[in-house]
Amino acid sequence: MIDIRHVSKSFHKRDAVVDAVRDMNLTVERQEIVAVIGPSGCGKSTLLNMIAGLYAPTRGHIVYKGAAVKDVNTDVGYMTQKDNLLPWRNVRDNVAFPLELAGVGKAERARRADQVIAHVGLEGFEDRFPSELSGGMRKRACLARMLLYGAETALLDEPFAALDAQLKLAMHDLVLRLADENKQTVVLVTHDLMEAVTLADRVLVCTRRPATVALEQRIDLKRPRDVLNVRFSNEFKEFYDALWERLRLEYHEDRV
Amino acid sequence: MTVPDGKLDQAAVLDEASPARASLPGISGWPMLLCQVALGILVLLVWQGASGRLVDNFFISNPIDVAVRLYGWTMDGSIFRHIGATVYATAMGFFIGAVGGAILGVWLGVSPFASRLLSPYLNALNALPKVALAPLFVLWFGLGLESKIALAAVLVLFLVFLNTFAGVREVDQDLIDGARLMRATRAQVIAKVIIPSAMSWVFAGLKISVPYALIGAVLGEMIAANRGLGYLVQFSGAQFDSAGVFAVLLVIALLAVGLNFLVEIVQHRMERWRIVGR
Repeated sequence: MIDIRHVSKSFHKRDAVVDAVRDMNLTVERQEIVAVIGPSGCGKSTLLNMIAGLYAPTRGHIVYKGAAVKDVNTDVGYMTQKDNLLPWRNVRDNVAFPLELAGVGKAERARRADQVIAHVGLEGFEDRFPSELSGGMRKRACLARMLLYGAETALLDEPFAALDAQLKLAMHDLVLRLADENKQTVVLVTHDLMEAVTLADRVLVCTRRPATVALEQRIDLKRPRDVLNVRFSNEFKEFYDALWERLRLEYHEDRV
Repeated sequence: MTVPDGKLDQAAVLDEASPARASLPGISGWPMLLCQVALGILVLLVWQGASGRLVDNFFISNPIDVAVRLYGWTMDGSIFRHIGATVYATAMGFFIGAVGGAILGVWLGVSPFASRLLSPYLNALNALPKVALAPLFVLWFGLGLESKIALAAVLVLFLVFLNTFAGVREVDQDLIDGARLMRATRAQVIAKVIIPSAMSWVFAGLKISVPYALIGAVLGEMIAANRGLGYLVQFSGAQFDSAGVFAVLLVIALLAVGLNFLVEIVQHRMERWRIVGR
């Protein structure tokens, strides 16, 4: 589905060249959930931006469904920690935005928007504005918009980092449910190892900048997962410990 | 660029209207209004008393003469012709300048090439005191209303342009990228993301430019005209008629207050429709 081949990305900051990603290789299968974990500011977000076609790699190729990504990749839905809802639109109009762009009639898009809004548990908030919603509700609205837009791949860039632990669990459950129902492929970038192991089929540990893959771990936990209880199982602990063993090196080196 | 001025201005006005002000210690509400009226009457009394005794009536006239002059102009209806001309030039100038400034601001805001190309020229034009263009406008548009409209429009245009341009530049790139990922065309990005997002800046620009429209119209009339409040103040001054000058100044001040009041109402509406409010 997504093929990242020898991708490097460097940015020019005045005279200095900053390498964000170096020789990254990654293949994501259809309907797979892949989590990329690493220290903050290691270039993980750059990777998602390249998959979305917002940045071009300095070297290497990103192949999406057999074709090189050259322009904005409109098959993906992108969700960041900042929720990117349009502040002057209420929830319904925000969620229906992709349909409006596609030229769907007003009544039809309101009907479909209300449907997905109810599906993510936001019914009753259709007429509220983003500033009137809690952080978790805004995330739900973003997920609803992504659903309506029919994105076959969801790029999630630390989307739940600002939420409290309980809300995070509820959102994890929703993400897994929606990805399963809609047969989505998910690439999740996070610095929360618990989140990565809970959600993913495969976790990649990134090094500090420039990011490259240090360790790849398959997470063979059965699906559907119970996000509340899966972390208490022994297998979960084994995966978690194995990943943490490698991940901590990145943090320790940081301190030196 | 001095662009955020408009925003600051907006914030200050909002602050003034907020209930926090009512809770300030001391006199407020009806007692304060009484004090304000009392102060006004006191000033008028001092003015009346000083006139002819401390200062020559020729220079400062006196409230009774001013009132008589205003009454006379109102009774014979001549003042309304002048008010009408000034209001018309202000409104037309404001409208043309606002539309032009907003279009220019959006265009240059979304086109890096055009904005880089034009920036030295626009900076030079902006630095130019626009009032100095008045003789040119008289040459081009004649002595009629058109030259006053042009002067008001030019003053408004630059203010609205600078605010709109800054507003468009301030648009969150993530919102634009998000819309592009959702298959928005360039025109859709401009119409549905950039312009709505810049709206609060545009309205801040419109708000601060209302008084400038009036300034442009009055100045234009002072330079060359046969009617309008600017013409009347100039004419009265040339006749050494200080009562007339004060009478016109009073009318202009009332007009300015009225325009500001109008802006407040419109802004209030806008916030209710969530065009400006975030």
